[in-house]
Amino acid sequence: MPLDTTDHSYVIPGATGDWEIVVGLEVHAQVKSNAKLFSGAATEFGAEPNTQVSLVDAGMPGMLPVINQRCVEQAVRTGLGLNAQINNFSRFDRKNYFYPDLPQGYQISQFAHPIVGEGEIECERDDGSTFVVGIERLHLEQDAGKSIHDLDPNATYVDLNRSGVALMEIVSRPHVRTPADAAAYVRTLRTIVRYLDTCGGDMEKGQMRADVNVSVCRPGQYEKFQETGSFEHLGTRCEIKNVNSLRFIMQAIEYEAKRQIDIIEDGGEIVQETRLFDANTGVTRSMRSKEEAHDYRYFPDPDLLPLELDQAWVDEIRVNLPELPAQKRKRFVEELGLSEYDASVLAADKDRADYFEAVLAGRDAKLAANWVNNELFGRLNKESLSITESPVSAEQLGGLVELIKDSTISGKIGKDVFEILWEEGGDPAEIVESRGLKQVTDTGAIERVIDDLIAANPEQAAQVKDKPKTMGWFVGQVMKAMQGKANPQAVNEILRKKLLD
Amino acid sequence: MSVNKDDVRRIATLARIAEPADRLDALTGELNGILDWVEQLNEVDVDGVEPMTSAAPMKLPMRTDEISDGGKREAVLKNAPRSDDGFFVVPKSVE
Repeated sequence: MPLDTTDHSYVIPGATGDWEIVVGLEVHAQVKSNAKLFSGAATEFGAEPNTQVSLVDAGMPGMLPVINQRCVEQAVRTGLGLNAQINNFSRFDRKNYFYPDLPQGYQISQFAHPIVGEGEIECERDDGSTFVVGIERLHLEQDAGKSIHDLDPNATYVDLNRSGVALMEIVSRPHVRTPADAAAYVRTLRTIVRYLDTCGGDMEKGQMRADVNVSVCRPGQYEKFQETGSFEHLGTRCEIKNVNSLRFIMQAIEYEAKRQIDIIEDGGEIVQETRLFDANTGVTRSMRSKEEAHDYRYFPDPDLLPLELDQAWVDEIRVNLPELPAQKRKRFVEELGLSEYDASVLAADKDRADYFEAVLAGRDAKLAANWVNNELFGRLNKESLSITESPVSAEQLGGLVELIKDSTISGKIGKDVFEILWEEGGDPAEIVESRGLKQVTDTGAIERVIDDLIAANPEQAAQVKDKPKTMGWFVGQVMKAMQGKANPQAVNEILRKKLLD
Repeated sequence: MSVNKDDVRRIATLARIAEPADRLDALTGELNGILDWVEQLNEVDVDGVEPMTSAAPMKLPMRTDEISDGGKREAVLKNAPRSDDGFFVVPKSVE
């Protein structure tokens, strides 16, 4: 295992000494919008082929692109969420290449003047530790259509529904040093865009995909790169295209690093190239045919004027940014008094955070966090359900938390009520009332049960004075006699008074 | 700036037009003529002059995020040499 989990370094022992990796990522995030970047066709996933295509998207001669303001706003919002510079002047360029799913013969992108410049984000690892990754730029561009190769042995089928959908390409600095950190970076990015509601972040639907740049170097070289900013200290990189899951990102980096080390140690040289990751075999292979096409001959798109933003409009977007996961995590700890772990689990996903805050709604934070994190998430995991599929609503769980907090029921009975809510639904207060689950806090009633128990078991009662731990048996008996509804604190208090004093 | 025969061959490949084997010499000459002509612009001193992006003093027009197009599959596929089941059908293009 090259990964040292204590200091998060990743060192690969080679035949000629140790190696490290340097990784930068280009993440393509599909902009959440109703219509496409330059046309009024819909973006909805899963429609019948070629039903969401305008003549602009089909690359028909004479059709002119008109930019969708919402897509621009989403890019600005995302840039602000990445703590990045917003460029009030940006421009669209044509990236020229031929491919059957690119009917225009070029992709409209932003090459020389992107809408968003440098920024940085704090990424969180599974163990709660954090690291910072620099963002080089974010630019807007069109997605291509979809080629389907398995419908006919001799032909390719093309669906242009995705053609022209807006993408944000988010380019990181080469600041990622381990496969796990690459996944953590993409996961953090996904959390941020989901909070901002600028991208769905669903990798299975292709809403986020990553091009991964990998190179290897000797220990110490990366530090020289950091000092000088000069890439001559790093190895030659290869770009692995279109990796579409966090697991595959890690696998592709691991494989690619080993491949490069083997070549260098055999006396060879790394050729900068584009490679494909094959998820079935876990290997990367060269996309030779792409090499010649790499001369994209960018030039400013003459159909589009420069994109000039009004500073007041950008400021308005900034003011209306929602609370981001890192801020939320901090607030949960500092203002609600939650543990770092609870806060981190709750803030890591927007749907979870929303659910928790609905359960909370002025109620006891620790108790609410406990019920959401342990009982609810535990049960959802067991049944492989997502938070949005929970059979128990936030309102129901909030009601349950309230009943526990004001001692109407005990935590133990709470679990029974939770079970009823999960299986049958209903209002927690009504369930407690109609099924007689209310906690007995009437000390008189508890005392009577205890008196009877002591009278029936005089020897055991006498023993408690010498061995206080045996009192637990009495607690259990009282609970049993009262079907778990006795208030545990009251039971303990009365027992102590009667048996120990 | 000038181009040689290899450049012209490459430009033809990138533009997906058949290699103009019999006219390579002539085309190279013609293209270099055009480049020489454009080269004269370098004589103008443009230090400190912002590149002009548009002849008209107007801003980029924008559309609102509304679905106003699409749902015209027949029209979209009409000129395709081959289509099937709502898809364009093209020669096999897998890596």
